Amino acid sequence: MASVGEVAAEHRMPPSSGGALRGVRTTFAQLVRRPAGAIGLAIVVALLLLAVVPGLFAPYEPDVQSLADRLQGPSVEHLLGTDRLGRDILSRLIYGVGIALVVALPAVFAALTIGLLIGVTAAWLGGLLDSVLVIVLDALQAFPAVILALALLALLGPSLRNVIIVIAIAFIPGYARVARALVFSLKANQWVEAERALGASSLRIVVSHILPNILPSLFILMAMDIPSAIVIEAGLSFLGLGVQPPTPSWGVILADGFQSVMQSPWAIVFASIVLMISTLGFTMLGETIRDIVDPRLAGMTRRRV
Amino acid sequence: MAAYLLRRLVMTLVVVIMIMVFLGALVHVIPGDPVSLMLGPRATPALAEQVRAQMGIDNPVYVQVADFAINAVQGDLGIDFVTKTPVTELILQALPSTLTLAATALLLAALIGIPVGILSAVRPNSIADRVTGVISVALITIPPYVAGLVLLVIFAVRLNVFPTIGAGDLSDPVDYLSHLVLPVIALAVTWIGYIGRLVRASMLEVLNADYIRTARAYGIRERRIAYKFALRNAIIPTIAILGVAFGSLIGVTIFVEVIFARAGLGMLVFDAIMSRNYPVVRGGVLVIAVMVVLANLAADIAYQIADPRIRVRGGGRI
Repeated sequence: MASVGEVAAEHRMPPSSGGALRGVRTTFAQLVRRPAGAIGLAIVVALLLLAVVPGLFAPYEPDVQSLADRLQGPSVEHLLGTDRLGRDILSRLIYGVGIALVVALPAVFAALTIGLLIGVTAAWLGGLLDSVLVIVLDALQAFPAVILALALLALLGPSLRNVIIVIAIAFIPGYARVARALVFSLKANQWVEAERALGASSLRIVVSHILPNILPSLFILMAMDIPSAIVIEAGLSFLGLGVQPPTPSWGVILADGFQSVMQSPWAIVFASIVLMISTLGFTMLGETIRDIVDPRLAGMTRRRV
Repeated sequence: MAAYLLRRLVMTLVVVIMIMVFLGALVHVIPGDPVSLMLGPRATPALAEQVRAQMGIDNPVYVQVADFAINAVQGDLGIDFVTKTPVTELILQALPSTLTLAATALLLAALIGIPVGILSAVRPNSIADRVTGVISVALITIPPYVAGLVLLVIFAVRLNVFPTIGAGDLSDPVDYLSHLVLPVIALAVTWIGYIGRLVRASMLEVLNADYIRTARAYGIRERRIAYKFALRNAIIPTIAILGVAFGSLIGVTIFVEVIFARAGLGMLVFDAIMSRNYPVVRGGVLVIAVMVVLANLAADIAYQIADPRIRVRGGGRI
């Protein structure tokens, strides 16, 4: 696989802003032509729809209990059955889409923003600051994402907001490293020197030339991190350390199912299926976009947890 | 080589110190009083005072961080609030089970992933390659807790084939191994797919190299080329990934241990978080993080030894 530096070295010229829209359009055209891209896009669009207007699709409210109907299998009234409190599993899963995205999207976006700031600063200024930041990032990355998130949640306490914070923190080093490597390889280009000779300030070079060059790669990374964030959130919530019940996070639904696993498997079965389809959808979309935009990075599927 | 090794060891040491500083300082970064957070709202002032003194919480932060780091190096991770046992003792009790779980899962993943990767690379774009490709990608995206829960539902609850609770009795090998089956599979699925894909990718890359073309030109049989010449070089990136895999597996055992009610490091940390037993959380997380660092170090060194080309380049990191 080509290193990030090699990839960045391809972009030798400062980009012109005029081609951006056309680039997006051709990317989109290629995307829908590839089966993986089309399926991924369809799943993601469907999820977004469910997240925005869950009430349109969910047959019941997510937290209406009906103890008389608890732990039922799939039926006409409850297509995916009911959980241990008699809540409709389908409705809870549909409302869960919103929870998954409300955590995952801000988390990866925050990680991108902060990681970008750290990476660009480290690479642009270099020297001691860079060395120190690299060591801090190394130390941070030594924690498996789940363990880091757990350690932080143990202190912050479990809540939806805190899950966003800890996932963002766990993802920051990845963006900072990539941003740093990309800026390093761009810095070596002659046009940077030329800009400087023309009297451009560091800030101007970074904002108008470096950033447009590295952002596409970082956005691709972000697209591929969304399913990871969804999986980590559900995992933390499953352990009871993330989104708290009765909020219908997929992790909470799994935990409810786990508690009554001996009586009824349906909550676990359907929540697992929904989780898998959603993460596969985001993965297929993200990887297809990556393959189109950055063919040299193609071929590897990233792990989740 | 020696210079690189030395630099790598120093870096590792610095990272470990950073981790200790980080964990030592963590409690003070968070707003609020850690003692009342830990003891809950109903703690008596006297108890809070006692715990404060025990933790040395009124000392300046840097003194506490230094204390934690110095004690940790000497193997003292503090005292468990609940049972009053040394944290080190608790961790040593929990560690073997977790290490067994992670090591067995890694072995399983390598034993399945490597042959699958080789076979699909030898016949690229064949039906077998396409099928294993789809399955691998699907496996990679399965989180360990989903794998664990689904295995629990299928094999334990429905079919009742494997036991679901605890780690079994070590003196009874059949019992012990049967308790290991489901948790190990749950941990391994992701890595079976990942190692399979990785081996395939690096094998394909090697099979396109000039020296393989030369070997073909000499009329050496394809089978011999693949297994004798190509495999040797193609397997090297896998060595590096095994270290990463081991670290990651230790990190996610927590899910599997909770689902299958196995005592272990993950379960220890989980229980400690639930009961706000801060010294155990800190000690457990430290041990996990240090093991991840060491696994990566071991993988790096093995990689160096396996691939002479990297030795020359110095193996610098970006």
